[in-house]
Amino acid sequence: MSILNPFFGEFGGQYVPQILIPVLDQLEKAYVDAMNDPEFQKELSDLLVNYVGRPTPITLCQNLTKGTKTKIYLKREDLLHGGAHKTNQVMGQALLAKKMGKKRIIAETGAGQHGVATAIACALFGLKCRIYMGATDVERQKPNVVRMKLLGAEVVPVTTGIATLKEACNEALKDWAENFETTHYMLGTAAGPHPFPTIVKNFQKIIGEEAKKQILAEEKRLPDAIIAAVGGGSNAIGLFTDFIKEEGVKIYGVEPAGHGIETGKHGAPLGHGSKGIFFGAKSYNMQDEYGQIQESHSISAGLDFPSVGPEHAYLKSIGRVEYVSITDDEALNAFQELSRHEGIIPALESSHAVAYAIKLARQNPDKEQTLLVNLSGRGDKDIFTVTKILEERGEM
Amino acid sequence: MSRYEKLFENLKAKNEGAFVPFAVIGEPTLDDSFDVIDTMVQNGADALELGIPFSDPGADGPVIMTADRRALQNGANTPKCFDVIRRLRAKYPDLPIGLLMYINLVYRPGIENFFKMAKDAGVDSVLIADVPVEMFETDGLPWKSAADENGIDLIFIAPPNATDETLVKIAKYSKGYIYLVSRTGVTGTDNQAGHPIAHVVKFLESHNAVPTLLGFGISTREQVHDAVANGTAGAITGSALVKIVEENLNDKTKMLSLIAEKVRDLKAGTRKS
Repeated sequence: MSILNPFFGEFGGQYVPQILIPVLDQLEKAYVDAMNDPEFQKELSDLLVNYVGRPTPITLCQNLTKGTKTKIYLKREDLLHGGAHKTNQVMGQALLAKKMGKKRIIAETGAGQHGVATAIACALFGLKCRIYMGATDVERQKPNVVRMKLLGAEVVPVTTGIATLKEACNEALKDWAENFETTHYMLGTAAGPHPFPTIVKNFQKIIGEEAKKQILAEEKRLPDAIIAAVGGGSNAIGLFTDFIKEEGVKIYGVEPAGHGIETGKHGAPLGHGSKGIFFGAKSYNMQDEYGQIQESHSISAGLDFPSVGPEHAYLKSIGRVEYVSITDDEALNAFQELSRHEGIIPALESSHAVAYAIKLARQNPDKEQTLLVNLSGRGDKDIFTVTKILEERGEM
Repeated sequence: MSRYEKLFENLKAKNEGAFVPFAVIGEPTLDDSFDVIDTMVQNGADALELGIPFSDPGADGPVIMTADRRALQNGANTPKCFDVIRRLRAKYPDLPIGLLMYINLVYRPGIENFFKMAKDAGVDSVLIADVPVEMFETDGLPWKSAADENGIDLIFIAPPNATDETLVKIAKYSKGYIYLVSRTGVTGTDNQAGHPIAHVVKFLESHNAVPTLLGFGISTREQVHDAVANGTAGAITGSALVKIVEENLNDKTKMLSLIAEKVRDLKAGTRKS
């Protein structure tokens, strides 16, 4: 039986084969013990400061908002070791794995950021590391594949289905169902069966806690709105958690609209999916009337997922967070604008959040507003994908 | 008396275990899957375990995963799969027919609605691979009422690492039979090493559980024989049969004759003397 509540309202749960229940219980217990263990907290905090590079700064955009009265602050998770927010929670889970005596780590990855973060932690802690990655994503996120291999991880391309993040998740869970005695599944987002959504959230909420203090120091007030991209939902829940109680702050989660919601080629289950139970939890899915999971699409491998973490489903249901969407083209424009005008190359995932902030600013140029955007990762991994598209358009 | 109860009683009288093949409905096509399953029954299957194909079968190995995908590509969906079951039920009024499901296919159409469709098609039992007893007990969804109202037995999986506490719950909630698994991992024949099962069978018996059938990694007559010798009421074979279908997609006659041969062979393992 679980110690913590496995549900967020009606969402979440532990919908996995019976064989995985004992290892989920073991993980939950290790996590609860760790949260009450000052030694664990100190070890994690030391790692985050001295190895990962926390705190990350917030940066006020200098040029992007010209002609508007909007201020956009970026929370610079792109500056973390590894290049994205993923490293925060991987350090926490690696310490838990160590406490549980697990010698082998498996993980799924979409954009490769979680795979890189996992490989970093495994190199540091001397753990065997296997990363499941859709073959499509292996192709479009090559730099991260190279990084994972250099860090000593085995990268397994998954060729089933459309060979993206969903398939990688399935394969990781299957590996775990066979090898759970020796292996920790280092799930990369705030999704999956309990206790993962809770664990990942609590190791990522430092993003919002820091950002809140930083923006209060700069502005002497809270931002009008905060914005984060939502794939599985870990960077978003990390930013949102400490702001949820601040009723005056609007919260936007940005899902990928891909080629456009109307085309069906998108990855926006919260905005345009329906309730279902998949990947261990009740949440919103892209699915047909019978419950078959549909294929998602996004230019961003990290957001290309037909489901979403259960706490986002809950935050949608209580109306606290507004989930909106941004197309591939809008994200690409934001990627270029942030690169050209602010000197920051963002990950295509984070570009969705930046694009929505730009939209809010330009829709209402005379409105004085302060926006806080989670720049969850850097875009080095995306330069080949973007170059290819720009060359095809004759823009490069 | 349910079809399962009658079956287990009859087999006991004959000093035999049950052989239960698993098949993916709609693999390779809806009509062909009827013929595959019909062949299984004609050659000694005592009951059926049938899967409605799912896009993301997380508890299945590559063989069944590929079969599910092909079935969906060839047009299978939930109502059409129930049509195949309806035909089987018409032909075999006494045969126990079980469904092995993934939760989203049960949840999405509405749990009550799904169980009603199952009842109307003639299904005896439903096992949902990704609903552990802990969720069944606490999630507030109408699993039990929907099953009870439609006279459908809920089956649970007893894995090798289950605690006594979990086994007690499985014994308490399972009707029809208990799906016993002796090893970790997903379905498939690559991994055959199993934990000892005799003590689990005894433990469940001592808690007045329904009979157990052993599944996962069962592909030979000897394994079926061992399962029965260890006190189970029989064995379930999936991937080894689904693989025969996959390897003979272009020759249906051969496919059916190999299925017939394999089922006869596996059924022979259930005879105790």
